[in-house]
Amino acid sequence: MSSIFEYAPAPESRSIVDVAPSYGLFVDGEFVDGSGEAMKTVNPATEEVLSEIAVGTEADVDRAVKAARRAFTRVWGPMRPADRGKYLFRIARILQERAREFAVLESLDNGKPIRESRDVDVPLAAAHFFYHAGWADKLAHAGLGPDPRPHGVAGQVIPWNFPLLMLAWKVAPALATGNTVVLKPAETTPLTALLFAEVCRQADLPPGVVNIVTGAGDTGRAVVEHDDVDKVAFTGSTEVGRSIARAVAGTRKVLTLELGGKAANIVFDDAPIDQAVEGIVRGIFFNQGHVCCAGSRLLVQESVHDEVIASLQRRIGTLRVGDPLDKNTDIGAINSAEQLARIRELSDIGEAEGAHRWQPACELPDRGFWFPPTVFTDVSPAHRIARDEVFGPVLSVLTFRTPDEAVAKANNSTYGLSAGIWTEKGSRILAIADRLRAGVVWGNTFNQFDPTSPFGGYKQSGYGREGGRHGLAAYLRSTHP
Amino acid sequence: MTHVLDPGTLAAGTRPGPGPGTPFDDVTRSDAALRAFLHGLSGVDQVGAEQRAATLGTRSIKTTAKAWAIDTAIAMIDLTTLEGADTPGKVRSLAAKARRPDPTDPSCPAVAAVCVYGDLAGVAREALEGTGIHVAAVATAFPSGRASREVKLADVRDAVANGADEIDMVIDRGAFLSGRYLEVFEEIVAVKEACGGAHLKVILETGELVTYDNARRASWLAMLAGADFIKTSTGKISPAATLPVCLVMLEAVRDFRAATGTQVGVKPAGGIRTTKDAVKHLVLVNETVGADWLSPDWFRLGASSLLNDLLLQRQKLRTGHYSGPDHVSVD
Repeated sequence: MSSIFEYAPAPESRSIVDVAPSYGLFVDGEFVDGSGEAMKTVNPATEEVLSEIAVGTEADVDRAVKAARRAFTRVWGPMRPADRGKYLFRIARILQERAREFAVLESLDNGKPIRESRDVDVPLAAAHFFYHAGWADKLAHAGLGPDPRPHGVAGQVIPWNFPLLMLAWKVAPALATGNTVVLKPAETTPLTALLFAEVCRQADLPPGVVNIVTGAGDTGRAVVEHDDVDKVAFTGSTEVGRSIARAVAGTRKVLTLELGGKAANIVFDDAPIDQAVEGIVRGIFFNQGHVCCAGSRLLVQESVHDEVIASLQRRIGTLRVGDPLDKNTDIGAINSAEQLARIRELSDIGEAEGAHRWQPACELPDRGFWFPPTVFTDVSPAHRIARDEVFGPVLSVLTFRTPDEAVAKANNSTYGLSAGIWTEKGSRILAIADRLRAGVVWGNTFNQFDPTSPFGGYKQSGYGREGGRHGLAAYLRSTHP
Repeated sequence: MTHVLDPGTLAAGTRPGPGPGTPFDDVTRSDAALRAFLHGLSGVDQVGAEQRAATLGTRSIKTTAKAWAIDTAIAMIDLTTLEGADTPGKVRSLAAKARRPDPTDPSCPAVAAVCVYGDLAGVAREALEGTGIHVAAVATAFPSGRASREVKLADVRDAVANGADEIDMVIDRGAFLSGRYLEVFEEIVAVKEACGGAHLKVILETGELVTYDNARRASWLAMLAGADFIKTSTGKISPAATLPVCLVMLEAVRDFRAATGTQVGVKPAGGIRTTKDAVKHLVLVNETVGADWLSPDWFRLGASSLLNDLLLQRQKLRTGHYSGPDHVSVD
């Protein structure tokens, strides 16, 4: 945006993080070499190689699972629950103390704006540890019987969109309930998980309670398919989730999946328009749209369509796209070349299908992976951009005339992770929310997260819940008589 | 088809454009029509408005941007003294500061106006003769507004006669809160007429209207009645100017211009004490209504102690180190 008030660059300093030239696997409390051929992790904003990362093979994963089993049997399982809670509190406090370090590292490795890693990812990750620390000695009150038991070893595979936060969503409840963990971070974003390994050491967490095995798809498969893993938790694409469900079928393993989404964000004509527009922006452009619960389908009542779209077009012209480490950046880099290619492909299909594409006139950096905030109008429910998950800063706008039509269109998706409703009428929020097949429904807000609130999907968005009392159930065997 | 959005459209129309003539003439034909119109405006979600203002509050304004913002903020100040103890001497001293806020640095801009009670407007006018700095006077039984219409209009005429070229009036919050919107409207129209050529700033006293819905309705009410500026507060009630209330008022002037073609100014007043506060307000203007409002003709900051903090920060940028309170003049 050109203006007489141009903001000077305000970059957050990189000097607080110390990225090593190479990293090993974190197994049994030690960093060890991986047996696979090392991979590189790059800064998606510049394509600069940040570090070399070890790749875990089946043998490495086996060592990690053995360490986790040992820790479960000898230390973590028998430990007094209140003492487990102390470790979690300690980890939470260290995350807060080292918040800036984590935020900068997350933005470097993932490409997300520092404003979001600083104000959302890292504080929420700490909040998840605080919340679950409190549960550790109160599990008898979780509604799962008088003495619910942990499963044992949890194998966890997490995505690249919220590397540290997804780690917290997985590790905190697993540890609080007495399980031990083998975690596989995403291929493109391993750095904050490795810094978290350092935090585990700083907190004197007993060796083997948390093991972090980096790598790509094969490493993840080895974690999920390992015989001695009792519980599998996965967040990522529906396609991979399906293959995990197949691999786990017929075994004793317990499974939770948090997969894709194509959330409807429904704006009624009595909505607070200015805030609804902010909510639409937050819904789809937060984290470059790399959010499984992103509000990627805007359903707007026809009577306010023109007003909302004009307002939205004006608003996306003010979004600041660029250097993720600049404190004034609203939209950072797309996480990888692969993801960028997919966003481009689906956007081109949208245009070919006859939808109108709207983009602000923003200059994008020459190097790195970038895509401008994009709005498609005149989208039909039959278009692929109305059905497929883009996982990028691309919004599809559809219209409706009546509440029934809004509900029918919102539910007309193979996914069912989240939804938003905008209206000043409280009774309408409750009535519509009741009829939406989505795990999370936001009223007059969007992409608002809290560790006390369960999160998870319907249909092809997966099963099981994370967060809140419901989330504990995924990591405990009920002892109800 | 790909459409590239024109970056200059920040304040362009959001509501369907008006036909020829003045589009809202009929909404003030009766109390019922005015009520229906004001209550038909899109509501404000409190949580969302506060979240948006807070997010904009985290913008990091540094170096050249900060220097520009400080000078712009100084040039937007209505330097104010509204005390029972005000004297001609105090007003003359304030006027001297208004002309040359930083006597050690001639590149420092003058403020926009000096704001005083009506009886002292003449002193301010004399002290500011030939400077281009405006003389603003509060009127209409400021700050409570609890007086008869005749008294309020006489107050306005007196201030204008004394030399004020800007009048800061208060609305009748009692009438507004009891739903007598037309009465409030008619009073603003009458005051506007009494102003003659003087610019009218209408103080909503949002701290007494309490809700953002009320702030938006009162903004529209004042603009329909002919306000040149809408102003948050008297400074005598807490809370005074807050970022979210200023956001709601900026959205109102943006939408009003889109609907009518008439641009109205905004003045947050009271509680803006630090450079950081002032810069946050400028960011809010920049990202809500855009460059068209980033001038003293369309945005003012009502303040007394703010100027000294701006001057200290300005000196810091120039010299690289902080000076102390003795390097700026006491008011």
